[in-house]
Amino acid sequence: MIEDRPLIYKYLRHDKKFPHVWCPGCGIGILLGSLIRAIDRLEYTKDEIVLVSGIGCTGRLPVYVDFNTLHTTHGRALAFATGVKLAKPDLKVIVIMGDGDATAIGGNHFIHAARRNLDLTAIILNNSIYGMTGGQYSPTTPYGQKATTAVYGTVEQSFNISQLAVCAGAIFAARGTVYHVRLLDTLIEKALQKNGFGVVEVISQCHTHFGRLNKRGNQVEMMKWQRDHAVPAEKAKKMTPEEMTDKFEIGILVDREAPTYLDEYAKVRERAKASLPAPAESREEKEESDRREASDRH
Amino acid sequence: MKTVDKKEPKAELVQGNEACAAGAIAAGCRFFAGYPITPSSEIPEKLSIRLPQVDGVYIQMEDEIASMGAIIGASLAGAKSMTATSGPGFSLMQENLGFACIAEVPCVVVNVMRGGPSTGLPTYPAQGDVMQARWGTHGDHPIICLCPSSVRECFTLTIKAFNYSEKYRTPVILLTDEVVGHMREKVVYPEPGQYEIIDRVKPSVPPEWYLPYEDTSFGVPPMGIFGEGYRYHVTGLIHDIRGFPTLRQDEIEPFLQRLFRKISTHFEDIQMVESYQVEDADLVLIAYGCVARSAHRAMVEARAQGLKVGLMRLITIWPFPRRFVEPLTRAKKTLLVPEMNMGQISREVKRVNQGMTSVLTLNKIDGTIIYPREILARIREEMKK
Repeated sequence: MIEDRPLIYKYLRHDKKFPHVWCPGCGIGILLGSLIRAIDRLEYTKDEIVLVSGIGCTGRLPVYVDFNTLHTTHGRALAFATGVKLAKPDLKVIVIMGDGDATAIGGNHFIHAARRNLDLTAIILNNSIYGMTGGQYSPTTPYGQKATTAVYGTVEQSFNISQLAVCAGAIFAARGTVYHVRLLDTLIEKALQKNGFGVVEVISQCHTHFGRLNKRGNQVEMMKWQRDHAVPAEKAKKMTPEEMTDKFEIGILVDREAPTYLDEYAKVRERAKASLPAPAESREEKEESDRREASDRH
Repeated sequence: MKTVDKKEPKAELVQGNEACAAGAIAAGCRFFAGYPITPSSEIPEKLSIRLPQVDGVYIQMEDEIASMGAIIGASLAGAKSMTATSGPGFSLMQENLGFACIAEVPCVVVNVMRGGPSTGLPTYPAQGDVMQARWGTHGDHPIICLCPSSVRECFTLTIKAFNYSEKYRTPVILLTDEVVGHMREKVVYPEPGQYEIIDRVKPSVPPEWYLPYEDTSFGVPPMGIFGEGYRYHVTGLIHDIRGFPTLRQDEIEPFLQRLFRKISTHFEDIQMVESYQVEDADLVLIAYGCVARSAHRAMVEARAQGLKVGLMRLITIWPFPRRFVEPLTRAKKTLLVPEMNMGQISREVKRVNQGMTSVLTLNKIDGTIIYPREILARIREEMKK
């Protein structure tokens, strides 16, 4: 805590935007702490960081930090981030989303961003519920659990966000919790260092809604639940599916290398420039190719 | 006819959509994100070839929602950016179009209109998106919308659209239609230097003094670019002059008032019309887009028959060029508005008219263009009474 104080003054818009909107005991602040520690250790300048978010409790995170911050529409953070990164590849673009933001309304953008492997870091805070709107069930609310729109229990199967990222092609996927803070620091640091699309899923508590509706206790009880149900990825491999039924893996799930979208697009630019005709004959050739194109189409 | 000097570039036979793509490159567009949709697809096709040649980026997104988001992101990072679509895609873009309005992010959206509603008539023309262009995204907001009638104008108005978007920090809609988009005409593109290019004004104060949404005498605050030292907050929430969300009444209203004022105090710069033989006319046609071409022909034929007919072609349709239309109503000229919808611009003309003169409509929604003979017949019916 004490060692964080200089970081708070360095990175937070402490004289402008506080107090914040989050409930006391919310995990989003812990994630924010991990994020600025990771950024500080990697020595990025504030000017080169662009923090992009969507809508919801998690979407409010960028307003508190002194980077280039972009608070977009619900679910669209990755689409905006794609434009930022492509227009200015030197920027380090970090995208913060909630579970509903990233996998419900933004699910399509999420899988396509993973597929493209543009150099973005997506951090998804998963608290299994829509917090800001008052505790409605989300794509990650576990089967049978209660929400303000599922008072009889939800009957939908939930998403496994990290596995979804892996299947969609993310080159780095990891899961942490806000209880295991040291691990979370490391995971975010690793994700930021990856050249390509990296995902960190952060299991967090919404004691205000999820905890209250499902009798999970207060924020401390819910963090104890994270401690007792998280299994390191290495250990989980040796466990049987039965042993894993009410557990979840934490740690790095996938870490591989692949050419990024910008690496590939550099080739497109080369080919495009090579196809430019010599200036003198350009117009004739262009007309000829246009004619050919037109006749092809009819 | 003007004799063509041999040094001058030759005329080309190009399509409206191709001219639009060429106009974008000429305007300095270096980022395009889109999703394929008829009848706009030639624009992304051409730009996917041209943009990588000039160190720009073409990307095909997963849908039109993402396309609109990506061009806003690119613009915030300093690139002039554009997307192109048609009706169904334009519906999907409305969400983030509103974001571009409130966060004041310059960008250009081309909507090549086809018949609707819904999937409608993918390959047939219509002018049914006029009101959607004005009010499609939720909430009160101003917008600029331009409407070309020829292939050359697809080129010049695309440049204009970029200029307005940069100058006023607003999304600009280029509303073309299937006829103008797919029609081929002989065009001599103007050379660079023959058209004006406007770039956004960037802040010149030290970063710690920068107030990203502060009112200025022009009404448009200078725009900081991500990565250039001016760190600020961009949000779709109503914000104060520092860019931070606000719920204070004394900040909400001044912000929204400025959004409107930055457009409304510059109508003279933004509103464009072209008038033909309006002075002595008893009846004036008011038309836009492909229908303006038929209207022009109908006017020429009516004049040949001794009927005093004029034409006012709307180039800017939003903000509606009231200051040009109002004098016609005062002069008690009969107005006839042919359009390929059930009366979206004629309603606007009637609003301006306020009972001063008679406003007639000619509406066609069968997926075909309004022919000159149809307009002429309507003129004769009216003037031979």
